Amino acid sequence: MRTRNLELIVGVFILAGLLALAVLAVRVSGLTPSSAGDTYSVHAYFDNVAGLTPKAKITMSGVTIGQVTAIEFDKTRYSARVDMAIRSNINTLPADSTASILTAGLLGEKYVGISVGGDDEVLTDGSEIYDTQSALVLEELIGRFLLNTVSKED
Amino acid sequence: MTDSSDYIVDLQQITFRRGSRLIFDGVDIRIPRGKVTGIMGPSGCGKTTLLRLIGAQLRPDSGAIWVNGQNIPELGREQLFAARQHMGMLFQSGALFTDLNVFENVAFPLRVHTELSEDMIRDLVLLKLQAVGLRGARELMPDELSGGMKRRVALARAIALDPELMMYDEPFVGQDPISMGVLVRLIRLLNDALGLTSIVVSHDLAETASIADYLYVVGDGQVLGQGTPDELMNSDNPRIRQFMQGEPDGPVPFHFQAPEYVSDLLQREHKQ
Amino acid sequence: MSVMSRVGLLGRAGLDTLSALGRSGLFLFNALLGRARFGNAFTLLLQQLYSVGVLSLAIIIVSGLFIGMVLALQGYNILVGYGSEQAVGQMVALTLLRELGPVVTALLFAGRAGSALTAEIGLMKATEQLSSMEMIGVDPLKYVIAPRLWAGFISMPLLAMIFCVVGIWGGSLVAVDWLGVYSGSYWANMQNSVEFVDDVLNGMVKAVAFAFVVTWIAVFQGYDCEPTSEGISRSTTRTVVYASLAVLGLDFILTALMF
Repeated sequence: MRTRNLELIVGVFILAGLLALAVLAVRVSGLTPSSAGDTYSVHAYFDNVAGLTPKAKITMSGVTIGQVTAIEFDKTRYSARVDMAIRSNINTLPADSTASILTAGLLGEKYVGISVGGDDEVLTDGSEIYDTQSALVLEELIGRFLLNTVSKED
Repeated sequence: MTDSSDYIVDLQQITFRRGSRLIFDGVDIRIPRGKVTGIMGPSGCGKTTLLRLIGAQLRPDSGAIWVNGQNIPELGREQLFAARQHMGMLFQSGALFTDLNVFENVAFPLRVHTELSEDMIRDLVLLKLQAVGLRGARELMPDELSGGMKRRVALARAIALDPELMMYDEPFVGQDPISMGVLVRLIRLLNDALGLTSIVVSHDLAETASIADYLYVVGDGQVLGQGTPDELMNSDNPRIRQFMQGEPDGPVPFHFQAPEYVSDLLQREHKQ
Repeated sequence: MSVMSRVGLLGRAGLDTLSALGRSGLFLFNALLGRARFGNAFTLLLQQLYSVGVLSLAIIIVSGLFIGMVLALQGYNILVGYGSEQAVGQMVALTLLRELGPVVTALLFAGRAGSALTAEIGLMKATEQLSSMEMIGVDPLKYVIAPRLWAGFISMPLLAMIFCVVGIWGGSLVAVDWLGVYSGSYWANMQNSVEFVDDVLNGMVKAVAFAFVVTWIAVFQGYDCEPTSEGISRSTTRTVVYASLAVLGLDFILTALMF
């Protein structure tokens, strides 16, 4: 029947459109199902977070283990507080691990890299990472370089 | 309230403007029940507008339109929907729905206004198509029909709900003699056989006068004359005479407004 | 002409535009809201989805393919100078998802489906089909216009998604199969930089907004046109022009708001 054919064709069309959306979601944007309950949060204070944005990735040994959830300026400590969400199955990070703000790729995307410490205690929900390394700022680098050059000449 | 037994449609003091043009200025027209009434007049005098006013596609600026005891401009949506069931209109070009075939076109009003079963609808549609002589064409699409056939299908569609009032908008325009003859016969036949009242709007004098029981001649925003066809043929009114006799010059002038002839010619010679 | 009469003309044009805008607003309102008196609304919608959506697939797919391929080609040519041709994947994907996908789909839709809608409705008006429908007691706004509006709202975003997917795939054909970019980096870089919410969903929001505007303009111009053949052709032209301008303008506003 004409109506039957019509329904089928239109149905295929709509299916194709939704499928396209699904492809875009999974293959193109790499959307993976992960619920908020699978993470625990830690925080750290940095002198300079230049360029770091929320949702930036947190890596260890180059593997993504979490995401930056919030960046706020702390009025009492005069530094930036970065809140991070780490996957719950990565629960053996020593309490004295270091968090550094690093640059990825050519376009200068900032991310947080964590390197292991040696403590027996591990980071849990709400812990603070005390050992931090701020982002490298070009002007400071140049200033340091000039200072070194000048002092060498002395 | 009007005495609705003699007149099915009663237009009282209708005033209607389109833009700045005054189409109707306090017009009174009464359509007698059960008869064929013709509304005639020169082109552009608003004859089609009249039908649209009765069918509530347009609202008059002032005045009342009584159809079967109801004042059309004052009806609400539900009442208008019900009222339209009793009116049928045949448009100038037929106005068939181009994406439906003949059968579906005629069945359309039935499907909208009634809850009849498919069998009943089929019977009714075939009945109406038989009345206009096109029962065999029911599977065709509108673009496969000739102009005359389109109008006949549109007629079948218009009478599908057995209306009391049928309105014909310029039904005779551009028809060959055979189709003309068919239409003329159908309008009169249907009117008498089904007990309808018909309003025929046309500027085709001979055909309309041959089937109308009563005529109105409309022009200049007013009714210029009314009466039986014989009465109007022998009228003294110069405008009606010009119209009925088909005289090229008279109250409606032959020459379009122009400056004086000789000086107009001479002016051109001067410029050279 | 004196200055006053020129000002008068300008004022008249302004008032005409305002009244057209008002008419189109009422038109939309009456078409979308309220009960329909006929039972086959779904079938009508289906028919329109076919003629408006399915029949536009051909042009959307072909255009998407070519645009994706050109993006990859041009992108490669530019990026290779910086040694970062691996980024061509994310370039193609982001350009398509955020901008070209919704915008080009909308423009093509306006030209193909929009003008067809305007012409069809205009012709129905000119041949008095809309009037006769009204006389039978069926509101043409609900029977003719509403299914076409919904068909446009539903099919254009779907077409935009299909456009993006086909474009990205076309880009991969050029970048990976022809120009030798490593397949892994094409897709991996893309996945890393494309955010579902920020890019894909925002692109969809744009597509929905464009669908609304384009379809609305198309059906209104058809409904409002002068019932002559000149009137129809003028209205069809107006649909394409107004819809295209509206899409581009709306794109700017949405981009400023979203990105």
